[in-house]
Amino acid sequence: MKIWRGEGSAGEHVEYVVPIDAGMVVLDVVHRIQATHAPDLAVRWNCKAGKCGSCSAEVNGAPKLMCMTRMSEFATGEAITVSPVRTFPLIKDLVTDVSFNYEKAKTIPPFKPKPKDPDGKRRMYQEDVDRVQEFHKCIECFLCQDVCHVIRDHEENKPSFSGPRFFVRLAALEMHPLDTNDRLDLIRAKHGLGFCNITKCCTEVCPEDIHITDNAIIPLKERVVTAQYDPIAWALRRIRRTGPALPAPSVPPSKEPPSA
Amino acid sequence: MVPERRDLWWLEPLVIVVVLGTFVLYSVYAGLANANYFYEPYLSPLYSPCITANCVHPHLPIVGSYWNLSPAILIVAFPLAFRVTCYYYRRSYYRAFFWAPPACAIPDARKSYAGETRFPFLIQNLHRYALIFATLLLAFLWWDTFLAFNFNGRFGIGLGSLLLLTNVVLLSGYSASCHSLRYLVGGYLDSFHRASLRYRLWSWANWLNARHARWAWASLVVVGLTDLYIRLLSMGVLTDLRIVF
Ligand code: SF4
Ligand code: SF4
Ligand code: FES
Ligand code: FES
Repeated sequence: MKIWRGEGSAGEHVEYVVPIDAGMVVLDVVHRIQATHAPDLAVRWNCKAGKCGSCSAEVNGAPKLMCMTRMSEFATGEAITVSPVRTFPLIKDLVTDVSFNYEKAKTIPPFKPKPKDPDGKRRMYQEDVDRVQEFHKCIECFLCQDVCHVIRDHEENKPSFSGPRFFVRLAALEMHPLDTNDRLDLIRAKHGLGFCNITKCCTEVCPEDIHITDNAIIPLKERVVTAQYDPIAWALRRIRRTGPALPAPSVPPSKEPPSA
Repeated sequence: MVPERRDLWWLEPLVIVVVLGTFVLYSVYAGLANANYFYEPYLSPLYSPCITANCVHPHLPIVGSYWNLSPAILIVAFPLAFRVTCYYYRRSYYRAFFWAPPACAIPDARKSYAGETRFPFLIQNLHRYALIFATLLLAFLWWDTFLAFNFNGRFGIGLGSLLLLTNVVLLSGYSASCHSLRYLVGGYLDSFHRASLRYRLWSWANWLNARHARWAWASLVVVGLTDLYIRLLSMGVLTDLRIVF
């Protein structure tokens, strides 16, 4: 196994040869190398069950969770390359600084619920919950953020693009039956939905099988079209003010989002 | 940076270039040919609706006989706009032709990238209008299919009738599985409670939409094959297999 070793941006792949046992995953092998050859090897992990989202890396160039990638996927004797995720600055070996994501998370206006029903309760219906449930499976592994070419290949887009993980979050809030915040203009102007060209790599790598592009991004694009680009929707809004069939007019672009 | 992927990531873009490229070249040839697009009772889907007076099988001759070029030129914009702005085809040609990106975790070909934030890509946002026009065209294709079972006043089934029927079913499935349609029939709602019809329509659209790519490819290939079959019949290369009752 060839593992990326180095601090900051300098480094190289170092080859380690270790025996493996049946049933091992890539993370087990990394741990074995740590135990036998490289005690100072930096690697982030936590649950070893694909649930904490810590062990993201690139195995033979494919963004994956190391704890969910079985060694049996590879041919016997095949060299396996393990690299840190590329989109975020390197700290050491396989560990990167993912604070870009936490900064982006802060710019999303939080859930703002409708007033309670007269009996003092809030009600949601199953069919409405079902749709947003999928988005809540996200484990924040940031593999989708890593693979997204908008920021992976174009560092300069980082200030104007939040990335697929946050489109999932925004979709969950926008489609929430009780939420009253309107984030559509923000989604276009600040989170950069238009940068996404729906090439679906985020969906391909998501370990939680969230249909990021089809169920979050494209429906958001359609909502933004109604709010910003569709001339008939615009005319109908002018005539009916806020029609029941169309989302409310968008927030002016200059408005800064309240922080989360 | 050099990509580390060693699998056959280039296969998918290559297949897309070949299939899409073949279809585009064939339809340019067939659309400009202005001949062999009708063979009683079959009209090629590339020429439907036929809106010129000079057309061999006019539907609505709203364009006078001064138009001597192929009637397909006048209508091609509608299906073309629908496919070009389709979310699925966008994914495919951005990958295969623009290399943005050619495959996941393989670097983009260009240094700068603004996605769909600027003209001309901003126009992609009007896909729902292309959907509306494509749906209107579908009505003509269903009518053509209905006529394709009528052999001089007698009901019959030919290989051409079956091809036209398959074609129109696939094209209808392609439109019905459209992402914009899924939004317009109910996806725009935040709550489906008290909107049970829209909920049901949205659920069906979801089911179809999950298979949108398959509808897209199948309908593309069958449109081309249907035209080719009618063309070969009309050129006398093939004879139609048919049973007339
Ligand atoms: S579909 Fe959009 S958000 Fe997802 S990886 Fe591709 S460009 Fe990025
Ligand atoms: S959406 Fe999927 S890939 Fe992205 S952070 Fe969440 S779990 Fe990971
Ligand atoms: S260690 Fe938790 S997801 Fe891999
Ligand atoms: S998304 Fe493909 S036809 Fe509308």
